Amino acid sequence: MSDYDFSSERPKPSHFQQRQDELNIHDAWSSWNGYKFAEYFYDVEFEYFCVRNTCGTYDICPMQKYHITGADAEKMLDRMVTRDVTKIRTNRASYVVWCNDEGRLIDDGTIFKLGDDHFILNCGSPCSAWLDKSAFGFHDITIDDKTDDVAAMALQGPTSCAVLKSMGLENIESAKPFSINFFDFQNARLMVSRTGFTGDLGYELWIDHNLAIPLWDAVYKAGHDLGIHPYGDQATNMLRLEAGFIMPGYEFNEALKTVHFEHDQTPFELNLGWLVDFKKPHFNGRRALFDEKKRGPRYTLTKLDIEGNKPAEGSFLYSNKRCTEEIGYVTSGMWSPAAKANIALAMIETKYLEGEIWSEIYYEKELRQYSKVARCTIKHEPFWSPARTRATPAADF
Amino acid sequence: MTQYDTVIIGAGHNALVCANYLAQKKQKVLVLEASSAAGGLASSYEFHPGFRTSVAHTVSHFSRKIYRDLELQKHGLTAMANPLPCVALNRQGNHVVLDGDTVSGVTEKDRVSYANYSKLTERFANLLAPFWLKTVPAIGNNSLHELLSFAQLGVKMRMLGKDDMREFLRIVSLPTHDLMDEYFDHPLLKALLCWNGLIGSKQAPRSPNNSVMLMLYRMSEGMSGLHEIPNGGTSRLIDALCSSAKSQGIEIRTNSSVRRIVVDQQKEGLRATGVQVDNGELISAQNIVSSADPKTTFLTLLGAENLEIEFTNRIRRIRSEGLVAKLHLALNGLPQFTGLDQSDGQLLISPDMATIESAFDESKYGQCPTDPVMEIVIPSMRDPSLAPSGQHVLSAHVMYVPYKMKSQWDQTAIDTFIDKLINKIELYAPTIREQIVASELLTPIDLEQRFRTSGGHWHHGEFALDQLFMMRPTYGAAQYQTPLRGLYLCGAGSHPGGDITGVPGHNAAHEILS
Repeated sequence: MSDYDFSSERPKPSHFQQRQDELNIHDAWSSWNGYKFAEYFYDVEFEYFCVRNTCGTYDICPMQKYHITGADAEKMLDRMVTRDVTKIRTNRASYVVWCNDEGRLIDDGTIFKLGDDHFILNCGSPCSAWLDKSAFGFHDITIDDKTDDVAAMALQGPTSCAVLKSMGLENIESAKPFSINFFDFQNARLMVSRTGFTGDLGYELWIDHNLAIPLWDAVYKAGHDLGIHPYGDQATNMLRLEAGFIMPGYEFNEALKTVHFEHDQTPFELNLGWLVDFKKPHFNGRRALFDEKKRGPRYTLTKLDIEGNKPAEGSFLYSNKRCTEEIGYVTSGMWSPAAKANIALAMIETKYLEGEIWSEIYYEKELRQYSKVARCTIKHEPFWSPARTRATPAADF
Repeated sequence: MTQYDTVIIGAGHNALVCANYLAQKKQKVLVLEASSAAGGLASSYEFHPGFRTSVAHTVSHFSRKIYRDLELQKHGLTAMANPLPCVALNRQGNHVVLDGDTVSGVTEKDRVSYANYSKLTERFANLLAPFWLKTVPAIGNNSLHELLSFAQLGVKMRMLGKDDMREFLRIVSLPTHDLMDEYFDHPLLKALLCWNGLIGSKQAPRSPNNSVMLMLYRMSEGMSGLHEIPNGGTSRLIDALCSSAKSQGIEIRTNSSVRRIVVDQQKEGLRATGVQVDNGELISAQNIVSSADPKTTFLTLLGAENLEIEFTNRIRRIRSEGLVAKLHLALNGLPQFTGLDQSDGQLLISPDMATIESAFDESKYGQCPTDPVMEIVIPSMRDPSLAPSGQHVLSAHVMYVPYKMKSQWDQTAIDTFIDKLINKIELYAPTIREQIVASELLTPIDLEQRFRTSGGHWHHGEFALDQLFMMRPTYGAAQYQTPLRGLYLCGAGSHPGGDITGVPGHNAAHEILS
């Protein structure tokens, strides 16, 4: 018998753990990057509706936060990601993806530019090994993993701006989407970016980990009458799907963790061609992506509106109702309360996008398995994209 | 300003071979050499007034095809000499001599075994031959043409017959030590046969998995892996290549160190369009070919920022720390080795395989061998111009001298080690010490600095299975083309590798022209 007790695998507490423990009535925990992380707090749909109708907070302490500084920081990031980093202005955030040499997606994330030689890369999975490799050959560059030092929460939903105003963050309503703003909080610097993963009006708050609980309390105090509640991973998954955002483990498999040949994806396949800037003469994966662009991607991530109300999660897609020719698969699917539609994201072979698309949906009704074939319609706009997401000044609601 | 078709970085023998092939196809070629003479590690230089030498003191299996194609005979390289005899020295004079097909100084049993061993290894080496003068296909490239060289290997293996095929598969991954023990009794013979497979690499007789493979690999080009010295000396090869180059209008500029490879930003991506030399001059060309080692080419001359991340990482990981030092002695007369009439040949100082292995062991931990092993050649016997009349040069490859020492390489460490080496030679040539006029030791660090090869590695990268064939120097650049359009490799860091074969230069030219 081994005396290994698995104790090192116990998830570590988030900086907000004390408060989240009180609220997580089901003890529904999973983990993200080694941090204890809520699946949900009370009820997934309740949490979802909080974000769509009032506001909610989401723990992003487990998100990786790398501070990349030095005169070569911009050059190094510009070669690593597919977007033009030199175009990001100071105190602005930018959504980016980065690829391996073959142009397959490693991860997505945001770059915050705090100064000409100061950037933050936020991403879902640890990537210090990749950053080290990417920084080789650049001399004036330092990469600091600040994940454990920073407490961060997303505050999302229509009343989120009102909450921050009520907290005393002056002029926050005039902060534009993707802007980064600084405020004083108990004599420390509170960074507030107008960013998020819900497709709604919202912000992300970043502060020294020692001030995590005071920040939480201040936000909840300010939000008390504005419908604030915490939301977990499952509600996030609903919210981001409505917004059409991709998620690792659903839409893409991180290239560095992919074993099987081409079981990872390219930005073009993920419909993220707009992030690939060929005006840049060089960036990682450019040669492969340039060829792919000429050829056209084999698959294209597509938004589908599916008839009926049975979620198409995991279903195969066909080019005809008899399901004789398979053309793709659904990566995420659900009934969308906001769009009032049966929505899905799906990987479909590009050459079949012009024709009919049918989904073979399996579902269960009290232990009995059923299947149905439903017609799918391609949607070109996000399922959920209210004007308030982009409006500046942000309204109170 | 002259517009060149091709600019070649470095004027080592592979660069010159490549240049000559390109010029045969009417290309306008410029060769840029940082030092004052062409030839790289095969160039000769004066290490003491009146005494000259080159780091490569023999020519190892230089391709006969190149010799013919470039008509080197017309350029003064008269027929290459026969392979040098190999002599495993014995202190009492009971040497073991390998000369052509015959071996002397051993028992009748060993003699018979040697005949059998030679036949077997020759057949097996022949298997690997199809890979030499060809570009090794990239994995994933399934074009019929490219797959033919693999098919050729398969057919050749099949034609071996069942018994030989089994035997090939058995011994190809053996440590040489085990193979020698199977065949021979005499410790000197075993040490001698190991040596030519191991020289220049980070392996010893007991190294697992590929030391026999390495030996066969080097035998496969011909010459059974033996070394030679052309009439008039090793430098004749370089002279002939330069003379041929000149006759074809190739421009060779010495004292022209390339600072960087110039990269142009184009719609299709980056492209190498020229080089900048140390005086700031920019020279543009259609193709840039580098005979510098892969680390220097990609990481120093090009810069990681112009490459992709995984590729850069593979280049960075190339194992290229040299493990051979070079000893040069200026002698006032011909050295007298006990019991040896003629000191012409490759003379090995190592009583047995265990001594080679022990020397290797110490080097792993950053120490110079307590009991050094070396190969001695007296190049001035073949090329009298290397020393004043009646005087001679002793040149020795001292194996297993680490690049990274536990304590630093400094003058004291060098002097102590030279003394140790002379003591060692003295055991076999008792009067050597009185004959010494001057001495020079080049550690791997010296080789790195003087000849601009990363790690001071002769072969620009370790000779090991993970860095051979389509892995040399790494995938993405193993077909002489590189990820950067317009940039090619033609040096020892490319397939088939180091030694003075000329084959990387030959193969690179073929790719550039195709």
